[in-house]
Amino acid sequence: MTSVQLAGASDQDLAEVALTRAEYVHLVESLGREPNRLELGIVGALWSEHCSYKTSKPLLGTLPTKGPRVLQGPGENAGAVDIGDGLACVFKIESHNHPSAIEPYQGAATGVGGILRDIFTMGARPLALLDSLRFGPLDELHQRHLFDGVVAGIGGYGNCIGVPTVGGELYFDESYRTNCLVNAMCVGIVEQGRLTRATASGPGNLVLLVGADTGRDGIHGASFASVVLDAGSAARRPAVQVGNPFLEKCLMEACLELAGDPRVIAMQDLGAAGLCGSTAELAHRGGCGIEVDVSRASRRETGMTPYEVMLSESQERMLIVAKPSDVPSLQEVFERWDLHSDVVAVILAEERFVVRDGADHVCDLPLDVLVDGAPLRGAPGSRPHRAAPLDATNRRRRSWTSEEALLRLLGSPNLGSRAPVYRRYDQQVGDATVILPGGDAALVRVEGTSRGLGLATDGNSRYAALDARQGAMIAVCEAARNVVATGAKPAAVTNCLNFANPEHAVVWWDLHDAIEGVGDACRALDIPVVSGNVSLYNDTGGTGIDPTVVIGMVGVIDDVKGRCTAGFRDVGDSVALIGPVDSELGGSEYQRIADGVNAGPPPHLDIDLERRVHGFILEAIAAGLLHSAHDCAEGGIAIAIAESCLLGDIGARVTIDELEQGEGLINGEAGILFGESQSRFVISFAREALVRLHELAARHSVPFRGLGSVGGERFSVTGCIDVSLADVRRVHEGALIERE
Amino acid sequence: MRFGIAVFPGTWSDRDCRHAVELAGHETVMLWHKDRDLQDADCVILPGGFAYGDYLRAGAVARFAPLMESVTEFANAGGLVWGICNGFQILCEAHLLPGALTRNGSLQYRCAPTWLRVETVDTAFTSGCAAGDVLEIPVSHGEGRYVADEATLEMLERDQRVAFRYVRRDGSGVVEESPNGSMRDIAGIVNEARNVLGMMPHPERACEPLLGSSDGMRLFDSVAKSISGSGPMPVGAAW
Repeated sequence: MTSVQLAGASDQDLAEVALTRAEYVHLVESLGREPNRLELGIVGALWSEHCSYKTSKPLLGTLPTKGPRVLQGPGENAGAVDIGDGLACVFKIESHNHPSAIEPYQGAATGVGGILRDIFTMGARPLALLDSLRFGPLDELHQRHLFDGVVAGIGGYGNCIGVPTVGGELYFDESYRTNCLVNAMCVGIVEQGRLTRATASGPGNLVLLVGADTGRDGIHGASFASVVLDAGSAARRPAVQVGNPFLEKCLMEACLELAGDPRVIAMQDLGAAGLCGSTAELAHRGGCGIEVDVSRASRRETGMTPYEVMLSESQERMLIVAKPSDVPSLQEVFERWDLHSDVVAVILAEERFVVRDGADHVCDLPLDVLVDGAPLRGAPGSRPHRAAPLDATNRRRRSWTSEEALLRLLGSPNLGSRAPVYRRYDQQVGDATVILPGGDAALVRVEGTSRGLGLATDGNSRYAALDARQGAMIAVCEAARNVVATGAKPAAVTNCLNFANPEHAVVWWDLHDAIEGVGDACRALDIPVVSGNVSLYNDTGGTGIDPTVVIGMVGVIDDVKGRCTAGFRDVGDSVALIGPVDSELGGSEYQRIADGVNAGPPPHLDIDLERRVHGFILEAIAAGLLHSAHDCAEGGIAIAIAESCLLGDIGARVTIDELEQGEGLINGEAGILFGESQSRFVISFAREALVRLHELAARHSVPFRGLGSVGGERFSVTGCIDVSLADVRRVHEGALIERE
Repeated sequence: MRFGIAVFPGTWSDRDCRHAVELAGHETVMLWHKDRDLQDADCVILPGGFAYGDYLRAGAVARFAPLMESVTEFANAGGLVWGICNGFQILCEAHLLPGALTRNGSLQYRCAPTWLRVETVDTAFTSGCAAGDVLEIPVSHGEGRYVADEATLEMLERDQRVAFRYVRRDGSGVVEESPNGSMRDIAGIVNEARNVLGMMPHPERACEPLLGSSDGMRLFDSVAKSISGSGPMPVGAAW
């Protein structure tokens, strides 16, 4: 070994690679020697939270990951489910929070690039993208800068590569002021026989590094994503990578040409921890070893050290494992797309991770220590006592009339029209988008079949801040409801768990409870979790984000022509509410804007009722009984009905009997109109369907409440609201527009 | 009937165009940017996308592709060439069409439904429409603002070479609702010989009611009818 040997690492050495002293001692014991500087850097990257999941791994094991449709659960680049016709749907959600907080355009762009690679690495052609975004209050200049940059970055990458962005969600909340969240989800399709794995095999087989040249960008990205942000974070801008969507487009087409090709033994993209992370994972999955020669990697700049080559997070790179005899013919495919390909590694029989720089051996580590050796972290303390959420029932509120509250809510950044965002994204390329953004879930058809996929992301962090477990359960239900509203049956989930610093007991226990909540809801609704991502340390200067569980949901509808949309359709149709009428306001958007607090308890959830409601809606849509179905979410019944009016460009007149109780109402009119009780849909249908729907509701034991009818150019609720649709539209459409 | 569809690195409407053409019942052949053979295509489509990444200026690099030499020859010989979105940008860069496409007035990418008024039916691409028909066809671009000098604009108007103009759903002028701020609301133009069309909107995305509109199919049908009606190509043929 010719590299610098460390005679005990200094505190500064360890801080640079984000390892604790205890972890270092554990490493030295595992190796039986001191690591050299390169080895320390490599271990630091792979033992980072981002790569090792050392905090979350013990908790994630409780999630349900099996089901009849599951072809690939967690552990590969993405999950895959059987959607019929011999096809697999491959999907995953991933965070790019830390880079986006520093450099919003490139942070978001490379987040999209990274999740796309996860999908086409499995041989699947990306069909759709979705994004979950969280920022601080929009009226602050810096938040507007982050928001604009992130939206531009998502569009810049997705539009150029030609994959439509069909959905997602967007929230603004104090809790994200110093840590914005950017979670990107990608969904792809592949014939099951062409599903490609990232599992190396066959000692002596060669590893091709394809795509971009390796530069100094993004070094320490994985470690960077695993520490809290501080005043010096802006100086880490070099740790943010720069995206080249054109190069990725070429790489994608070349890789898709090779999907299912017997010459390709394995395919693995380069993400966190660059060449180091990808080669180690590739070999470890296959129970073999790997020897990388950094001198063979094409460089973007001169003078790069082996350390820099191994840890560079230059984007748009891919590894291909192949027999030596197949390498030249594979290289021809890449040359056709004007892509570099270098043989950079060879597969070893023994489970070692060896790095050479030409003739110099610079690293030799046991693979199990590198990939699986990070000491797992348990609870940093016992469950802290948390005060019961403040009960805000009947506390004094603004003296807004219900009509005024309606318009303020519709014009607020969290409930306003998302069109100013999604019109900057290509939503249609691929000729597959049947339901465009703006409703509950997107619906994309599957080429060559009658099927469609309902796609949604969801996660309300106000509920989770009040009760992590309940909030996580509601996130699953809400995402499922969005998909169900289109007529698609939920098939599987991917999740992105965004939390603050898990070294704090409160945060760790919230993470623990949230994972339990996701698991419980998924089990109850019979939806497996097939992939996911955990983003911790979303914390700056001691201020952390609220627990944010983002659920990405994929549902399947057998005949896309039988889909349902959220907008009212025909004059004279009846409007009804499925689910309970209640008046709870805990965690609601009304509470946010009217009271300026988040006080609980969060909405009650009856998971069994939730399941029955899904069954009712799916059956009603399949029977062709509904003209619209819209999930009742933030802003409650009143907002849901107003949204159905806006989407259908037609008014509605409704009556809610409970409102007539007047003074005796819990939380006043607002509770009934804007409370966010769960398991509810607003539906519309032709009058003739009423009898059958009543029967169906009885059979599924779900509350069915006639509300009124569709028609006219006004939205009215007897006794409290009567507004013109034009006024409603004006405030709704203006919510995200920058005011001069 | 055979449509050739150009594939540059970075092209992404190629598959959608193939889908639309096949839906219309015609044959497709993909034309690789490094090749020169147009493979007996009756009409060449230059589809949307970001050819070569469009990092310099949309279409500025693509015009130098080997395939473009053959496309230019084909166009000059009277062959039908149809540039959609990035294809329109390439045709302007290649000087097969006048003017240029610059950044949208909003300085933002825009993907949205638009309504196009058919301004001339005297082209192979619009012969199946009636003048004044309004077609619903979406746009998706960041650089679609059509600009040209006043003399060129006057010439285009005089010779009825403006093929489509952005309008409201009811056919009236868009005023401030223009998707990109194009001069005179121009969405598409033809060359002097009327065999080369460039348009920013994406007709291949509007060929099925399931996807929101089937108005784009009228253009594909027009091309097919023109070709089958005209027999062998009149210009450049051996006799």
